[in-house]
Amino acid sequence: MDLTYTEEEEDFRAGLRAWLAEVLPKLPGKPSPDDWPGRRAYDTAWQRTLYDAGYGEVHWDASPTRRLIFLEETEKAGAPYVGANFVGLLHAGPTIASEGTAEQRERWLPPMLRGDEVWCQGFSEPDAGSDLASLRTRAWRDGDDYVVSGSKIWTSHAEVADWCELLVRTTPVSADVPKHRGITWLALPMDAAGITVRPLRTLAGSAEFAEVFLDEVRVPVANRVGAENDGWRVTMVTLSFERGTAFVGEVVACRRLLGDLARAARANGRWDDPVLRRGLGRLSAEFAALWRLTQWNVSEAQRTGGVPGVGGSVFKLRYSHARQELYDTAAQVLGPGALDLDEPWTRERLSSLSYTIAAGTSQIQRNIVAERILGLPKGR
Amino acid sequence: MDFQLDEDQRALRRGLRDVLEGRFGRDALRAAVDAPRLDRELWRALGDAGFFALCLPEDAGGVGLGLPEAVLAFEEAGRVLLPGPAVATFLAAGEVAGAAEGKTVVTAVAGPFVPCLEEADVVLGDAAGAVALRSVDPLTPLHRVPERAPGGDARDLPGGEAQGPRAVLLRAAEQLGSAARTGELAVQHARQREQFGGPVGRFQAVQHLCADMLVRAELARVAVYAAAVTGDPLEAVGARLLADDAAVRNARDCLQAHGGMGFTWESDVHLHLKRAWVRAGLGGGAAEAEEALAAAL
Repeated sequence: MDLTYTEEEEDFRAGLRAWLAEVLPKLPGKPSPDDWPGRRAYDTAWQRTLYDAGYGEVHWDASPTRRLIFLEETEKAGAPYVGANFVGLLHAGPTIASEGTAEQRERWLPPMLRGDEVWCQGFSEPDAGSDLASLRTRAWRDGDDYVVSGSKIWTSHAEVADWCELLVRTTPVSADVPKHRGITWLALPMDAAGITVRPLRTLAGSAEFAEVFLDEVRVPVANRVGAENDGWRVTMVTLSFERGTAFVGEVVACRRLLGDLARAARANGRWDDPVLRRGLGRLSAEFAALWRLTQWNVSEAQRTGGVPGVGGSVFKLRYSHARQELYDTAAQVLGPGALDLDEPWTRERLSSLSYTIAAGTSQIQRNIVAERILGLPKGR
Repeated sequence: MDFQLDEDQRALRRGLRDVLEGRFGRDALRAAVDAPRLDRELWRALGDAGFFALCLPEDAGGVGLGLPEAVLAFEEAGRVLLPGPAVATFLAAGEVAGAAEGKTVVTAVAGPFVPCLEEADVVLGDAAGAVALRSVDPLTPLHRVPERAPGGDARDLPGGEAQGPRAVLLRAAEQLGSAARTGELAVQHARQREQFGGPVGRFQAVQHLCADMLVRAELARVAVYAAAVTGDPLEAVGARLLADDAAVRNARDCLQAHGGMGFTWESDVHLHLKRAWVRAGLGGGAAEAEEALAAAL
């Protein structure tokens, strides 16, 4: 067990730190959360800056440890998040890199890395959430096109995306065709005729994602990645990619937030409450351990060549819960301020309610742990 | 960075598991429950296997390994519910004659208690006026020490190591071993026990109980291992909180997963729960640990 970094990794860290110290002060101010075109421009400009400095492909680095260092250092330095480039760089890009043809890689990957094109994700549907494979958006062949009809939901950045990685059903479910078998992965150009985007307002009041309605939208067959009806497998390549380093930045952020919270409590007198203090102490142990779990998972990925192990679901279950607890503790620190939407902590607390739902609910994560790790019989 | 067990550490763990399960398997555990006494033969066998001398330098007759290996050893001890003051004896190796070989049984004042006071050969710390109580754990006799006037740092006293970061971490490693073991016992039972025409482990209510047990044990695992690698005292305190929580709550959930059988004396589950309570008690209150972590924020 070794928690020290190699000389090469420390050089990478030092170079990155020096570069961040140079470029971050020159960045423009962050756009308002409701200004979608502004957010897109800000996020893509940051990706372009990374690209020009040789960090454009850092999320695809073969070394999970270098990815961890990148996410740790950028978070500590307060650099912009991956933002609008998330789906491209962390889902669609790796899928195309691994499953696409040479032409497809050449067409889609360079603009993604330069920050020229933004991707969104069309996986979930109103009736296909945890049970994603039951999706019903239909696609049928018409000459050199697929014609697609249906609807997608929870699509972040749909208003400003150029492309959508879309899962469609190309063969209906039947006695011979289980639901996983008839799915196909398509790259949908978001300017195609027949697409309607309707923003969804979250309980926090912001429009973080959208519904996407597809009415006989034509998608060239050349935009299919992988074979027809093989989209489920193609997608699993994508979904497994981000495990391990997916939450590095968030854990670093939580440890900083905990320090902020302690300072706020000392300033407003709540620190005198031993119950609150002890709660903060326990959360500190919790997030320290979650950071160690991240390092453990990254080390495992490094050894197995990126195959996700037990750690991903374990991490997701505990982290999402701990982060919600962090904001509940913040509410205790704020006292009456916890009901004031002008307090950033209050808005963050509202947003945190999604953590135990998004990217696999805690209940589905427990099913996965029970069946795939503990080997218990298929649940009911 | 390679935060995973290396080959030697895996081999050490396998070897220790074989020794401990061979020398203190389930039959030995139940025999000890029926006739509680300190098994000096077992103690010497562990000494011969190098258990107590693991961290002594080789030129002092030890194995010359570090805290990470010690933590793996105590995790295995926790799995099998090894009785006796193993942590105190381990930490006294090299300082108290015979401790490294398992010939001298060393105990120490820990929190408000001294475990195994009557059977130990050497007692570290101020046990004057200690009064026996009827211990909740059938395998850990306990004495309570009177409350001392505040002043004097425990670490300056002889035997203060018993409350030092290494003792905290080794007890946390035992808690981790117990938490992992009760998780396995619950899963085993859920696979075998049939109700309503099939194993109860097919019910999500039971599955989720088991999944949460794994999560607790695995988080405690990385916390304990990392604290052993860094040697950071505050990290050991955090690891101890998570490991106490994992051991106690996993034992509770394991008991629940066993249904009525979990409430019987013949099941081993209560032995894990009671030992987990005792180990948590030896560490002093959780409040102190939480306050120490909060103060560092």
